[in-house]
This record gives sequence, C-alpha cells and structure tokens, in this order.
Amino acid sequence: MAQIKKILAGALALCMAGSVLTACGGDKEGDTGSTGGSESKTEDAKGGSEGGNEEKKEDTKEETKPADTASLVNTGKVYNVYCWNTEFKERFEKYYEGAKDTALWDGVTINWVINPNEGNNYQTKLDEAIKKQSSAADDEKVDLFLVEADYAMKYVNSDACLDVIGEIGITKDDLKDQYKYTQDVMTDSNGTLKGLSWQATPGLFLYNAEYAKEVLGTDDPDEVQAQISDWTKFGEVAQKMKDKGIFMVSGYDDTYRCFSNNVSGPWVTDGKITIDPQIKAWADQTKEYSDKGYNNGTSLWDPAWTAGQKIDGKVFGYFFSTWGIPFTLLPNTLDKSADEGGEMAEGNGGYGKWRACKGPQSYFWGGTWIVGCFGSDNVAITRDVMLKLTCDADIMAQITENEQDYTNNKAAIKKLIDGGYTNPFLGGQNHLVLLSDAAEQIDLTGKVSAYDQGCNEEFQGAMKDYFQGTVTYDEALAKFKTNITTKYGDLTMD
Amino acid sequence: MRKTISYAKWGYIFLIPFVLIYTIFSLVPLLETFGFSFLDYTVSQGSVSSIRGGGEDTIINNGFCGLANYIKVMKSDGIFNMSFRSTVVLWLVGFIPQIVISLLLASWFTDIRLKLKAQGFFKTVMYMPNVIMASALSVLFFSLFTKSGAIDDLLGGPDLLKNEWGARGVVGFINFLMWYGNTTIMLMAAMMGIDTSLYEAAQIDGANPSQVFWQITMPLIKPILAYVFVTSMIGGLQMYDVPYLIGGTQGNPNGVLKTLVSQIQLGKNSSVGAVSALSIIVFIVSAVLGFITLKIMDDQSIKTRYGKKKKK
Repeated sequence: MAQIKKILAGALALCMAGSVLTACGGDKEGDTGSTGGSESKTEDAKGGSEGGNEEKKEDTKEETKPADTASLVNTGKVYNVYCWNTEFKERFEKYYEGAKDTALWDGVTINWVINPNEGNNYQTKLDEAIKKQSSAADDEKVDLFLVEADYAMKYVNSDACLDVIGEIGITKDDLKDQYKYTQDVMTDSNGTLKGLSWQATPGLFLYNAEYAKEVLGTDDPDEVQAQISDWTKFGEVAQKMKDKGIFMVSGYDDTYRCFSNNVSGPWVTDGKITIDPQIKAWADQTKEYSDKGYNNGTSLWDPAWTAGQKIDGKVFGYFFSTWGIPFTLLPNTLDKSADEGGEMAEGNGGYGKWRACKGPQSYFWGGTWIVGCFGSDNVAITRDVMLKLTCDADIMAQITENEQDYTNNKAAIKKLIDGGYTNPFLGGQNHLVLLSDAAEQIDLTGKVSAYDQGCNEEFQGAMKDYFQGTVTYDEALAKFKTNITTKYGDLTMD
Repeated sequence: MRKTISYAKWGYIFLIPFVLIYTIFSLVPLLETFGFSFLDYTVSQGSVSSIRGGGEDTIINNGFCGLANYIKVMKSDGIFNMSFRSTVVLWLVGFIPQIVISLLLASWFTDIRLKLKAQGFFKTVMYMPNVIMASALSVLFFSLFTKSGAIDDLLGGPDLLKNEWGARGVVGFINFLMWYGNTTIMLMAAMMGIDTSLYEAAQIDGANPSQVFWQITMPLIKPILAYVFVTSMIGGLQMYDVPYLIGGTQGNPNGVLKTLVSQIQLGKNSSVGAVSALSIIVFIVSAVLGFITLKIMDDQSIKTRYGKKKKK
C-alpha cells in the first residue's frame, strides 16, 4: 500500500511538474518543486483534483503544510475581486480597510468586478475570466472571487481555487473557531480546503411582532415558536392570520429553503436531475397555501415581496437566513433609509418591531465564500483578507454587533452572548442564541451539487404557473424539464 | 486603347471594409452556427475549465450527429414548439395596432385637404419612444404594471403581468410604442411619393376618402408596406429584450413571454448544438416568411397598369 502510494504520489508530482511547464509558468507559488514526503502530499492533493477519478484518499487528510507566508507572491498592482453584489464590498470597506496590512497594499489598487447573480450570469462571467487566467495580463488576473452555496461545488471540484492552507498559508489554528460546515462545503474529495467564509447562514423565521400580538396575543419569541413549531401548526396560524387579512408568508418561494435544505440527495447525481421528495413537498404545500390565500403570490425580491417587509405590509413573517436581516429586512422595513439620514432606532418604520424564532423546520440559506484564484499575483493580499475578514475574532464580533450579520467565529459569538448581547432591531432580543443552535446543526454533506442555482431558479419559476392555477403540476414539471435540460445541456432528466 | 475610364473598381475598394467586417463578425459565425447545429455539442456548466493543466475540459463534443439536434428541437416538447407560437402571438399583438395606427396617422398627415400644422413637431414626438432603449422602457413598464406597481394600484390591483393576455398586451404595447413612429414616418415618405394629381383626379371624380385610401394609397405604397412587414416580422421573430425583462428567464406567465431568442439565450452557454439548430430554424423560418410576404405584395397587375398609363 505504502509503495502504491509512493508511486501514485510520484506520478502525480510528475503530472504537476508537467502542468507547470504547459501552463506557461503560471504557478508562482512557493511550494512546488521541492522534494520529500510532506510536500508530496500537497502535490498529491492538487494532482488528485485534476485526475478526477482518484479514490478518496483518507491519508492525505493529515496536516497539509501551510505555505511559507514570506514567499507568497505580491507583485500585482491591481487586486481584482469578482462578486455579484455589494455585500462583501461593504464589509471589506468598513472592516478590512482599517485593519489591512498596508505594506502589502503599497501601490496596489482594488478593482471590483460586479456581475448580477441571476440566471447563472455571474458564474458565466467568472468562468470566462478563469479560463483566460493564464493568458491574461497580470493586472487583469482574477485574484479573489466569491462563490455561493448554490454553486460552490462547481469551483471546489475545479483546480481554479488556491489551497487555503497549502497555497495561501492560513494555518489550521487560524481556522479553529469557524463552523465546520463552512469548511466542509469548501473541501474537495482530497481534503483540500479551498475557500473561507465570514458568515454562517442558519435560517430563522422573522415575524412581525405587531401582527403576532394582534392575532396570537403574544409577541414573545418562545410562545410564538411554540405555535408554529411544525408545519401543521404553521398552517393553523396561517388560517388565523388570513381571517385577519394578513398573509402568513409573502410569496411562493419563501418557504423553499426550509425544504430544499433538508433534501435527502442533491439535485444532480451522475448527470441526472431528480426531484427530491422534499422539493415536491414544497410544491404541494405552496399550492395549498396559494389556493387558501395564505400567501400574497409574490416572488423573491420583487417589489411586492419587498413591500411586505414594512411593518404594516400585511405579511406576518419571512424566512430569512442571517444575512437576510442586515441586507434585506432591515433596509426594507425602515421608513427612512440610513442614506437619507434615517435613525437606526425604534420609531423608524419597523425597526425594533420584528422578532425571530426558529420556525417549523431548521434550515440554512445561502452563504458566501471567498476564494483565492490560482494564478493570482497578489496571494499575500488574499491571505491578509482571509485572515482579517474570516478569522479575526475582534473584527468578526464587530461585524455581528454592528451589522446584524452572523459571523463565522464561534469565539466571537460566544463572547457577544456572554457579554449580554441584545439586538435593538429585534426589540432587544438575543437572536444569536437561536442562530448558534441552528448553525451547529447545519450539514450540507450530500445535499449540494454544482447545478443548484439553475435548478432552484428554474424550478421555482416553472412552479409559479402551477401555484397561480394556470397549469397542472405535471405540465409545470414538463416545462421545468425542457428548460433545465436546455440550460444545462449536459444533464438529463426522466 | 480604352475609351472610357472605369470607376467601378473604386466601388469595390470602398466596399472592402464592410465586406471584411461582415465576413468576420457575421458570415463566419453564421456558418459556424450552421456547423454546430449538426454536432452533439454541449458545455458542462457544472465544472470550470482547468487552469493548472491536465484537467478535464468543460466542452463535451461527441462529433457529428446528423439531424438529431433538429429533431430534438422540433419535437412536441422541444424548445421550438414551446416558443414559436408565443413569439408570433407576441409579435402580432404589437404589430397589428402598430400598422393600423401608422397607416391612419400617415394618411392624415399626408392628406392634401387636411393640411395639418406642426407636422415636424408631431413627427418628432411620435419618433421619440424609439430613441429610448427597449430595456429602459421595459423596466419602466414592469415597475408600473407589476404587483403593487403604480398602474397596478391605480387599476385596483389586477396584477396584469400574471395574466397571459395581460402580459402579452404589455409587451405588445411597448413594441407598438417603440415602433409606430418609425413606421408612420416610413409610410408617410411612401405616401408623399404618390403623384398628387392622382388624388386630385379622384376628388374630381367624387371619390370619398376611404375609396381614395383603398384604391389609390394602398396599392401604391405596397412596396414600402412589404418592407415594413418583412423587417417587422424579422424583428418580431428575434424579439428578446422586452419579454425577457417583463417575464424573466422563465417567460412567465405560463411561458407566453418565452420567445425563440429567449430559448437561445437560455441554452447558449450549455446546449450549444441544440440552440444552434434552433437559430438555423429561426433563420429558415424568417427567410421563408419574408419570401412569401414579398411574393404576395409584389402585385404585378398594379405595376403594369400604372406602368402602361405612364407610357401613354
């Protein structure tokens, strides 16, 4: 066995060396070309990801030696970041700019390349850029890109990502306080960690406290939770809400993630698309809710969906993951936005009038990871960004405290909870306790595929007609099939 | 010895830039698309092309597959069948009002008895919507007609965009708004080209305005009418931006806003073979419909009748 391993490692190291030659010397990282046992493991891990069909090698999960931080390249003058909205940019500007290693940034400017996410647009643009990576001018090479849970797999399985430990030089010790699932998602079959996140994204049910008081007689999170602790009870409350002219949820897609994150298998296995029973259950339930008038017939992100987040928006609650509070609910519920000088205090729209509870089913939604791109000429900066924005407990605690985001650092969260954290937006509720319970339970193993974004979008889109009553489920499903196999020409569906 | 100097070569020399650019950016891609349509060619969207070398490529090309792509696209649940009807209906919803209003306006503006004032002003106003980008207009209309949009609220919340004909109507109206000015000006040009003595003669003979319109104006503007028909039809078959911005990638409600080009856009990054076949089919359909229109419009009898009259 040991011999086979040695031969395999040797062969893969050869492949690697060969690939360095063919890739026009694009590999500037300091960990290639050396000899000896421990390095061959790094080679092994990298080579294996290219070989594709190698069996999962448990033994490579031993410590990968962190890259020598002094030898990381930092020759580029432009630091290119690919992302799809301004969420990371805002965090970056507010929390990284002040803490950055200025020596590394000497003479380096940052260039944000922002492409909207919808319809795989961001992925397509990013893939084009990655494809050109080895031939692009130094200042146009992708240095850092962001991926979302719906398609993280695609990049994890590719060789475009830098090894966080072996190539970027982050140590296991730096990562010890992160939630394990956030690392599991970004770890390939060889045990190589490829990206880090500053947030964990457990989901909660955020509800309108005024409607809770009016209809349920209480706005206490524990008591409300008791009344909606499973889908049957959730439906009963929905009926009560409806009698008062309030929609339980805003639209069709609101409950989607509760189901889609509890599936038994991913959307795509071996090139075949399957509809998981949980996905079907979502369609059935949403049809029922639509027929009974429990929802307002909106779609995610559309104006009516957003309007329901006002405190008198006639919608009882929204399923939101951690980022949904700062990025969506908070700005949408305010009467006067922060830009217009609105005060972050009670009295400004719905500020302080929302509460959070676990909801009928635990789930997560989304999550953004930052990934260093192979061929980057500013790897040292990437290391600095990852350390400050995903590992630094103080910065993490600040983000959670100021931005309502739930950061990916157990120590920081624990410190906040122990320090008597209260959230004024949620009327003084300490929702971190709920989130940290939920975060521990997230497990994405065997639930994600590289095609999830397209599948989710197309399925929700196709089912809309079914919910509106214009077609039957089977007709909607047939439409989904044609659309998805056009969008992903390499997949089939029964 | 040559008796005359030929300037013909200069014509060809000045044509070179156009021919070159057309060949590189239009003709070659067109031929390539034709070639792709016979290949079993897909691009995997679930992987990224290897940049460290040695990895799998995202392109899956299984070589020549005959007419398989065409069969797949044309079968009952194929992407051509799903969107051809929607596309034609969407085009007609915009085109019928467009041609009617344009003919009416053009004949009023050119009427020798009406002599409308401030024609330049009206022409500018009518042409104005065409200057605005289709996408800008679409987004504006989407925000007006969507649930809780301004007009939706005003009408009491019928949520028109969720209704098949409502959504078609909105898209049709945008297309109408954008193109009626253009068509009007084109038809006016055609009508002003008609010899006014014909109208005077008709008046003396006691023809009423509708007789004048149907017996004199219509037959004489047929060539321009045919041009308007054909260009509008080609534009209609290639409709994409307006329905996409109103109905999203799925072309909701019920796919009525999903046009042929929406299908091409949906599959262009992955199902290269299939959407190439669809592109070629759209090309053939446009060519055939254009040919038929020109044949119908090319009424020989009229031409010869007037041609003879002139000779006398």
